[in-house]
Amino acid sequence: MRDVAIIGIGMTKFGELWEKSFRELGIEAGLKAIADAKISGDLLDALYVGNMSAGKLIEQEHVASLIVDYSGYASRHLPAVRVEAASASGGVAFYEAYLAVASGLYDFVMVGGAEKMTDVGDAESNRELCATADNEWESIFGATYASLFAMMARRHMYEYGTTEEQMAQVAVKNHRFGSKNPLAHFRNTLTLDQVLNSSPVATPIKTLDCAPVSDGAAALVLCPWDHARKFTDTPVKIAGIGLATDTIALHSRRDMCTMDAVVRASSRAYHMAGVAPKQVNIAEIHDCYTIAEIIEIEDLRLVKKGEGGKATAEGVTDMGGRVVVNPSGGLKARGQPAGAVGIAQVVEIVEQLRGEAKERQVQGAEVGLTLNIGGTGATAFVSILKREN
Amino acid sequence: MQIPRFWRQIPSRYNLIGVQCENCKRIYFPPRTVCPECHRLSVGKMLPYKLSGMGVVHAFTQIYEPADGFENQVPYIMAIIQLDEGPRITAQIVDCGIEDVKIGSRVEMVFRRLGEDGKAGIIYYGYKFRLCK
Repeated sequence: MRDVAIIGIGMTKFGELWEKSFRELGIEAGLKAIADAKISGDLLDALYVGNMSAGKLIEQEHVASLIVDYSGYASRHLPAVRVEAASASGGVAFYEAYLAVASGLYDFVMVGGAEKMTDVGDAESNRELCATADNEWESIFGATYASLFAMMARRHMYEYGTTEEQMAQVAVKNHRFGSKNPLAHFRNTLTLDQVLNSSPVATPIKTLDCAPVSDGAAALVLCPWDHARKFTDTPVKIAGIGLATDTIALHSRRDMCTMDAVVRASSRAYHMAGVAPKQVNIAEIHDCYTIAEIIEIEDLRLVKKGEGGKATAEGVTDMGGRVVVNPSGGLKARGQPAGAVGIAQVVEIVEQLRGEAKERQVQGAEVGLTLNIGGTGATAFVSILKREN
Repeated sequence: MQIPRFWRQIPSRYNLIGVQCENCKRIYFPPRTVCPECHRLSVGKMLPYKLSGMGVVHAFTQIYEPADGFENQVPYIMAIIQLDEGPRITAQIVDCGIEDVKIGSRVEMVFRRLGEDGKAGIIYYGYKFRLCK
């Protein structure tokens, strides 16, 4: 297996982008990534696209061919693959693209993620998110996606004493970061009181504990590490990757307060990268609900099990803390176009490792991690990215 | 939901029929064709097993932003129930207020209406739970 580098990144604004179609979003992110890599699109050997639910959300399947076509490469008959793994679709597409380059099958690969979620109303986009749980044994009984995370939160509060204030701190932190990100869905800051007083969704989860549904796309250009310096002075190495699965239904998990798939995926990635959790400087993780960030920093072993809430309240994951979590604003503020999330996380880490994150820059960041989960944790993908001078 | 898709799960949804692996005796709900412990050794040996419907609340929430078709029940209580035989399942808790529900509360299964396909469509029935007296 060869080492693989990221040489190009591109991302659209995330948000309610009514003026832009799915294909326009995908193309915009891809063109930005190609421009950033300073390569010709003719060099690309293949395209991977992460997308959760275009069939339901815009009644369009077969989106990998669609994107190749509207990129102007239909006449080159470029190989193109769509990857679906719920909200981890982007992360798993990245995993597939990495394997394709590492194995030597392809040299230059574009991997993107795209989702158009606001062409339908909230009820329909929420139904799509519910479909990432076990439809026949969770959703049919009235469980919503939020209610499943709410039960994880309730159990975490019961076992570890986590509080609603600690969860709210995640939203406050991530909105403060998002306010500095020009591509974020939400650029407003929040106070603790605003979060705590927002209307209940599924107790103890409130409106401002939830990430929004967004439109958006993000893309990367990958190539073998040995070629990378021909294109950029600041290639970022994919030092480790890990993918893992777990039971589709939350109720069948070994422990509702632990995402075992996150533990496994991160173990695999840490091992491959030769990196210990304490060496991670920045992490972009899957805060679809504030409790998710608290559980995930524990399962990534960035903090001790049960101490995710306390660590958040103490500023361990804030700017200046031991590991800065979600400097982009996370799903909470940067936004949640499901299939694009896993790629957007990588875009942020690459910007940070290159030192190009401007107001959001975490000084001295050398090792970054991304965590993209599907459903309530039935899929988890972790990548570890490194700057190498 | 399409009628056959609901119909084929009626034994489990009406009567809490799960399966027991004849090989290791573990009990599962909902039914599985393969035992996650015994794998190939369990093929053809996952036999129907009727659960008692008794259990305790493992986690719960009160839903204010409902799933599709549950609008007229808001707010309603969802829970993950730890059944006495081992499996955990997701279901509503009914006939009580949220203040009465605690982690560890003893519950029993009741047979209730789950929903319907619009005004003229079929009505779905199945399990919910209530607090034991």
